[in-house]
Amino acid sequence: MRYVDEFRDPALAAALVKEIGAVCARLERGRDTPLTVMEVCGGHTHAIFRYGLEGLLPDLVEFVHGPGCPVCVLPMGRVDDCVAIAERAEVIFATFGDAMRVPGSSKSLLQAKAEGADVRMVYSPLDALALARKNPDREVVFFGLGFETTMPSTALTVLRAAREGTSNFSLFCNHITIIPTLRALLEQPDFGIDGFIGPGHVSMVIGTEPYRFIAEEFGRPLVVAGFEPIDLLQSLLMVLRQMEDGRARIENQYARVVPDAGNPAALAAVQQVYEPRESFEWRGLGSIAGSGVRLREAYAGFDAEKRFALAAAQVADPAQCRCGAVLTGAEKPWACPEFGTGCTPETPLGALMVSSEGSCAAYYQYGGMRGAAA
Amino acid sequence: MCLGIPGQIVAVADADAMLCTVDVSGVRRAVDVACVAAPGRPLDELVGAWVLVHVGFAMSVIDEDEAAATLKVLTEIGEAEAEMAALRLGLDQNATI
Ligand code: SF4
Repeated sequence: MRYVDEFRDPALAAALVKEIGAVCARLERGRDTPLTVMEVCGGHTHAIFRYGLEGLLPDLVEFVHGPGCPVCVLPMGRVDDCVAIAERAEVIFATFGDAMRVPGSSKSLLQAKAEGADVRMVYSPLDALALARKNPDREVVFFGLGFETTMPSTALTVLRAAREGTSNFSLFCNHITIIPTLRALLEQPDFGIDGFIGPGHVSMVIGTEPYRFIAEEFGRPLVVAGFEPIDLLQSLLMVLRQMEDGRARIENQYARVVPDAGNPAALAAVQQVYEPRESFEWRGLGSIAGSGVRLREAYAGFDAEKRFALAAAQVADPAQCRCGAVLTGAEKPWACPEFGTGCTPETPLGALMVSSEGSCAAYYQYGGMRGAAA
Repeated sequence: MCLGIPGQIVAVADADAMLCTVDVSGVRRAVDVACVAAPGRPLDELVGAWVLVHVGFAMSVIDEDEAAATLKVLTEIGEAEAEMAALRLGLDQNATI
């Protein structure tokens, strides 16, 4: 237990690890398969690796890393559309830095920029709107991506643009929602996850109520968790206790930041600006019904999909990549023949290697090839 | 992008536009506070509050201890550095927000 020394409260961490061990010892009786707990959020994945939490846990429990990294699930066809928009002479294409290196079928946004496209990394969609105000003779397109955490920011930016009448601003909307995706995962016949650590910041926006079906329809516990190692240990213990008691509930370990009702102002902005798409394609997971949003008709003037003719092609990932299996927790990154050889954080082949929240990048950074030998 | 970063609201920048100046580890920028402002209350009441800032929007009011603890985790997992770099990028390009 050498790691817990660096935690904020080492004594509490040690007590939690001990209690997890005790619950596991009771749960273990009569079981020959591990208990799998999926952490949905890529930020949690990153923290689990950074603090070596897996090394503190009994063999019985295994973290499975979920699809909660929006950069990692961006399909190649959408990246190609970004590049096509960015390469138009009149366009300034503004994006979060995270999306710059995601490979498209021929190039990433970073490569397009190197070849002369006007691609700007911005911190906030508000910065993209400011670019539009400053460059009235150019078309400024913001690449909106992310789950419910970033969705209010782009919705409020569109509302601001509408209020100001900034007509040379548009949004290429690639936002996705976590709930339909969790449902799609749970409906897979061979989905072997026993419980969930719920995302902290998505829940800060949507609250805890939308997860209820996971407990009620699928009988799995979910505990919304914070990002400190103590939070993650405590949340895991809460999940395991539910399993021991044969309960399945939605619990909130991160109540100091996540109100059960979510953030009403953020939800209202999202509701006003966006409507669900019939389906949206996820890299590695295929199309998931109702999992994406688009701008409502009232804001069509700010919709880059309406402003520019886009190919919107579905482009398959390279055949040898295992991104889909890794995303659903069916395989570990080292099962991919490209892991650490053809695919590294410097030259990513799949998006799971691009973002620090992607599980391939996390394994690469913290685990190296260690697992491959195991 | 997804994790955000804690900051302290130090001034109201533009009440009509719902913008406050937020200090994030010594870097100041205008942040949209529409999601944390109490309806019908003056924004001045937010000055001094700690908030979680996601891509230029305050998404949650937190207490000072929570802010410090969150910043510590973000620093340890290397995300604080990335977030601060992105934040500065915003300032260089857009002094006018
Ligand atoms: S190593 Fe690369 S190609 Fe293989 S699953 Fe991970 S991201 Fe995909």
